[in-house]
Amino acid sequence: MSNLTGTAILDPVTAHVVSDRLARRRSRHVKERVIEALLLLAALVSVFTTVAIVYVLVSESVEFFRHVPLTDFLFDTQWTPLFADAHFGIMVLLSGTLLSSFVALAVAVPLGTIIAIYLSEFAPFSVREIAKPFLELLGGIPTIVYGYFALLFVTPLLQKLMPELPGFNILSAGLVMGIMIIPYVASVSEDAMRAVPMALREGSYAMGATRFQTAIRVVTPAAFSGIAAAYILGISRAVGETMILAVAAGMQPNLTWNPLEPAATITSFIVQVALGDLPHGSLGYQTIFAAGLTLCLLTLFFNILGHLLRKRFRQVY
Amino acid sequence: MALRQEIGEIRAMIARHKRWDMAFALLGLLALMVGVLTFAALFTQMAIEGAARLSWDFFTSFPSRRAAQAGILSAWIGSVMVMIVTAATAVPLGVGAGIYLEEYAPKNWVTDLIEINVTNLAGVPSIIYGLLALGLFVYQFGFGQSVLSAGLTLGLLILPVVIVATREAIRSIPGVIREGAMALGATRWQTTADHIVPYSLPGILTGVIIGMSRAIGETAPVITIGALTFIAFLPPSPVQAEPPFLNFEWLLSGFTVMPIQMFNWTSRPDAAFHANAAAAGLVLVVMTLSMNALAIYIRYRLRKNIKW
Amino acid sequence: MVTVAQTETAASREAKPAPLKAASVNLNFYYGAFHALKNISMPLHDKRVTALIGPSGCGKSTYLRCFNRMHDLYPGNRYEGEIRLYPDDTNLLHPDVDPIEVRMRVSMVFQKPNPFPKSIYENVAYGLRVRNVNRRSVLDDKVEAALRGAALWEEVKDRLNDLAFNLSGGQQQRLCIARALATEPEILLFDEPTSALDPIATASIEELIGELKTRLTILIVTHNMQQAARVSDYTAYMYLGELIEFDVTDTIFIKPKHKATEDYITGRFG
Repeated sequence: MSNLTGTAILDPVTAHVVSDRLARRRSRHVKERVIEALLLLAALVSVFTTVAIVYVLVSESVEFFRHVPLTDFLFDTQWTPLFADAHFGIMVLLSGTLLSSFVALAVAVPLGTIIAIYLSEFAPFSVREIAKPFLELLGGIPTIVYGYFALLFVTPLLQKLMPELPGFNILSAGLVMGIMIIPYVASVSEDAMRAVPMALREGSYAMGATRFQTAIRVVTPAAFSGIAAAYILGISRAVGETMILAVAAGMQPNLTWNPLEPAATITSFIVQVALGDLPHGSLGYQTIFAAGLTLCLLTLFFNILGHLLRKRFRQVY
Repeated sequence: MALRQEIGEIRAMIARHKRWDMAFALLGLLALMVGVLTFAALFTQMAIEGAARLSWDFFTSFPSRRAAQAGILSAWIGSVMVMIVTAATAVPLGVGAGIYLEEYAPKNWVTDLIEINVTNLAGVPSIIYGLLALGLFVYQFGFGQSVLSAGLTLGLLILPVVIVATREAIRSIPGVIREGAMALGATRWQTTADHIVPYSLPGILTGVIIGMSRAIGETAPVITIGALTFIAFLPPSPVQAEPPFLNFEWLLSGFTVMPIQMFNWTSRPDAAFHANAAAAGLVLVVMTLSMNALAIYIRYRLRKNIKW
Repeated sequence: MVTVAQTETAASREAKPAPLKAASVNLNFYYGAFHALKNISMPLHDKRVTALIGPSGCGKSTYLRCFNRMHDLYPGNRYEGEIRLYPDDTNLLHPDVDPIEVRMRVSMVFQKPNPFPKSIYENVAYGLRVRNVNRRSVLDDKVEAALRGAALWEEVKDRLNDLAFNLSGGQQQRLCIARALATEPEILLFDEPTSALDPIATASIEELIGELKTRLTILIVTHNMQQAARVSDYTAYMYLGELIEFDVTDTIFIKPKHKATEDYITGRFG
């Protein structure tokens, strides 16, 4: 019943006078609702992704644990899932993951924090304007390139210092991983420090403190919550890193706490299996999902730990 | 009024404390140098080993058992194809989700759930995405070990990056612009499409570029879904001479990507292949760094150039 | 422009003229190209409270912050002229004089209380630790003395390890005063210390200032004229970066010499 000349029409339902422009409102309204629904669906994809990840990991792991007892999984000291005499001790892979992460964090946490304090409290404007984009670029280098670097530059270099160092070892991989993680730790920590209000710094300087004293005694403690978040981010990156370890640490499962040896991590194991041929539904296939589930739980554990730590030391402005 | 230290004592103590200032500034610069040196060593190493291999032939040859003849043709074409699917997934979904969260989402538990998920997914290791894709896309949905599976996986991987960038870009638009548009009778969507999105485009673009540069370099998830590491063929071309001019067979084809090719060559004990790996690495690094640099540049211009 | 000579006569009208603790001499200050303080010469009498009043933007906080070289923290600022500190006749603004040394002799309390995210004890002890005083027994004594001096001891003595943030606004400000007192400064600068506080807290701080002046010299910036009249011995009226009039407080408020001062005091503007 629309009338394009814009004159009023009687709406039979309500018997009110309704101009045609307002009458078209209903279709506009429908269009708006449809668009909103589409956008909501897009937003819900993230929820679906999480659900899908949980579903895939858990369903395959359930199958896995039907064949492998949980106690074996947790306490066996060998990891040989694809051999005839198969062992499934996840500790072996965990040792590789934790050891390499430890080496990486031993590099990334001190250097990243020092860089963050330096950039936030000491560096002149020009240095900071160059350093921050540079760090971002450093963090954007593909990890396979870092892996190449670890295997073909760092390992030979270390071998000059330690001739008995094997060609594949956790130390090289861990060091390069650490350097790769520095930008993440530094940038999140630096943001946290810059968010500390100037009034606090002025209060410290007014007491006769030097720049170093202010940075260490006032700004860093005040930014602690954000710095802790940066460390948790670093831990997550280290634990989840794959290619540097797959290339430079060797993919040989090895229950060890010595970084001078090769070892496989949870992540490099999954890659190793995926490179081969695994029939869908076989125990070997399910093993990688059990490993993946362990990895997720590990990351979750560190995230919760971090969250609790931050809550305990939360500072309110 | 005891503690009135002698002026001389005060000055000596201050001098001592200031030495800590200088020492720490030096330490900070040294720490930065670690990053600079790493970058320099990495680049130099790859340039020395691989620059000689960079030639037209390198880009147009398939991998081969003979190192001198091996090239990255299948790898870079595969990368391009996967990136097309990645972008086609991540951009509409990511921008759409970002718009929804900023413009439409009410404050309720559904919104909270979505936001928690986005934050959470940003921290999930990339190989887990590979496992997800293996179970879901490759087998459950039956897409197989194909370009489509890889593209969807990487699209999901970079989704949080695009969502966060979109949200920040939209958030930086002053509320008065929205109000002005709505006061003129525009609907929510009209305001968004005609005003909000165009103004936040640079910020969104930054996020997309950074996400894509990450996706190009991702190896683990793509290996996990079964990308082949030695392929001497190309996926079928998307464009063809007869109607309907576009075909989609390439989506379901086997493939490889640049980082996997580099991984394959690096893992060979034969040093001749290491040169190829270095050359491929140079190409990868130049690609990802230029994309990152572009994104940083756009962001820099954005900060200097507020139009309102 | 008021010279030091003129103001000395004003002070000498006082029954017992107080000796000088400090004096600015032809002080000019520039924020970049902006000439914020114009040729200010003003005395600061020992163990007296001097108040700076004037409308917004007149430069009173800028002048105050010259005394502890706060402006050095930000690039682009420039001092001209001198601030002489007695009895050693040091020029605080001289480029060879370290701002840190200045700040160890001149402390400041800010407009909004800014306690550190530490315990009450550690807040007060901060200045001492910065001066390498770390022995527990010494710190305990000095912290208690400072907290008593700031009239806060009774309220916090049982919870010295509580976070400073848990105190009320007025208590936080008194904590900042205690923090400044702990290092026994020669001059204590107050930058609108009660503008963020409620009337009861304000009254307690004003009372405190009255007690403190027996021990050290106080320079206070306030936008509240009644506060200046209540609390100070000397008052300086500033306008647009210049010192218009400096005199004993009673004179300024009852019989100011300049019309501009009178206009401001009677509320005709500002």
